[in-house]
Amino acid sequence: MIDWPIIIEALPEFFQGLKITLILLAISMSAGFVLALPLAIARVSPNPWLSRPVWVYTYVFRGTPLLVQLFMIYYGLAQFEWVRETAAWYLLKSAWFCAWLAFVLNTTAYTTEIFAGALRTTPPGELEAARSLGMSTVQIYMRILVPSALRRALPQYGNEVVMMMHATAIASAVSLVELTRVARDVYTNTLMPVEAFGTVAVFYFVLTFSMVGVFKLLERRFLVHLRPRRSQTDPGLVPNVH
Amino acid sequence: MMTEALSHATAQPASQPEKLSAREIHKSFGAIEVLKGVSLTAHTGDVIAMIGSSGSGKSTFLRCLNLLEKPNKGSIALGGETLALAPNSKGELVATDAKALQRYRSRIAMVFQQFNLWAHMTALDNVIEAPMQVLKLSRAEAVERAERYLDRVGVGHRKTYYPGHLSGGEQQRVAIARALAMEPEVMLFDEPTSALDPELVGEVLRVMRVLAEEGRTMIVVTHEMSFAREVSNKVVFLHKGQIEEAGDPRQVLTRPSSERLQQFLSNTLK
Repeated sequence: MIDWPIIIEALPEFFQGLKITLILLAISMSAGFVLALPLAIARVSPNPWLSRPVWVYTYVFRGTPLLVQLFMIYYGLAQFEWVRETAAWYLLKSAWFCAWLAFVLNTTAYTTEIFAGALRTTPPGELEAARSLGMSTVQIYMRILVPSALRRALPQYGNEVVMMMHATAIASAVSLVELTRVARDVYTNTLMPVEAFGTVAVFYFVLTFSMVGVFKLLERRFLVHLRPRRSQTDPGLVPNVH
Repeated sequence: MMTEALSHATAQPASQPEKLSAREIHKSFGAIEVLKGVSLTAHTGDVIAMIGSSGSGKSTFLRCLNLLEKPNKGSIALGGETLALAPNSKGELVATDAKALQRYRSRIAMVFQQFNLWAHMTALDNVIEAPMQVLKLSRAEAVERAERYLDRVGVGHRKTYYPGHLSGGEQQRVAIARALAMEPEVMLFDEPTSALDPELVGEVLRVMRVLAEEGRTMIVVTHEMSFAREVSNKVVFLHKGQIEEAGDPRQVLTRPSSERLQQFLSNTLK
């Protein structure tokens, strides 16, 4: 039988872990978003000096496991004397900073590819129309390319956020007490695996579906133009007389 | 063959000032020379219909007029002002001054075969975008202007719709309103009815006929012979990248002197 008192007693710790998970996710995703947009623009650039380095970066970071990346940053860099002598060492000593850095580098790689894919699928005619009206390159990016690409990227980006949320569990490997670490501590203390990991599974489950719901709402708001128009009560479909 | 008199296809007797003039436009795609020196002058109020079979170069020529296609040789002038062009590394002519090109383009609006409306914007947003960004109109001015032109082309009641929720004919009329909102000196139409279902062609042609009657300067690449005959004041027949015959539509379309145009007309459903 499930030992409910154990779960109830551990709930404050789980909520503390939830807080850490959400902070990690928020700071990683926001930095990733800000970095991925210019990188995606460089990635689709016809200039190989811009697109190639980004291509290499996204392939390296998508081609290796996040856990390995985190270990390389947290343990690997410390091996080098000269790294320990730089000012950056102050940051690299911190598990928080290393987790954040690994997550940002990883999610930026994926997000860059998602945005680049969306930029590539912009109908060329829409860009020609903008050029034919005398819009400048900057205006075309700001007003046409990026807004339409970000909208199209939304469903895939939503997946990336959820995947990243699950990936924050990896931060437990460098001693951050986020949700998964709390579950492991509870398990170590009580030796009750179902109570410990079952509870954390419920936390992740609720979190996942809340996020999916939020992205569904965002899609409804930002992708109306790709959905069939609702009929019946729609005044637009009443034949107009004039 | 092209006669000397036709090599510069000029419409009306020079009563109106020259508006847009292109001289000796050459364009190659790889080894294929698509335009072999095409010259055209539109005077204020001219409605020029460009006809020809597919591959004749008429769309390419139109796209060279606003530099969506980079010509290899030639010159373009708007209102007597020549646009400064210089060859790039591929031997194509590009504008030497990006700002000047943008100003030039803002005075010439284009309507495309595939409408090319911005899918993520409503009809109204499509029409106010360039006036606000390029002409620096205030939002209120742009909206006022947009509503006026959307009403004029008969889609005012659709202004909150996204392009994907409009019929092809409505989309094309929004696109025409978007071009009109720039209050351009010349309007280019690139086969504006070719992507439309047959029953929607009429509504777009009616709008274009009204614009022609308002005295707007228009260059229209089209397969609609009735439009060429009834609305234009000049027809230009392109064949293999050259002007084969040009002149008054009644003359050119009823008594074509070139054999190729005779053939073309007999193959075209009237």
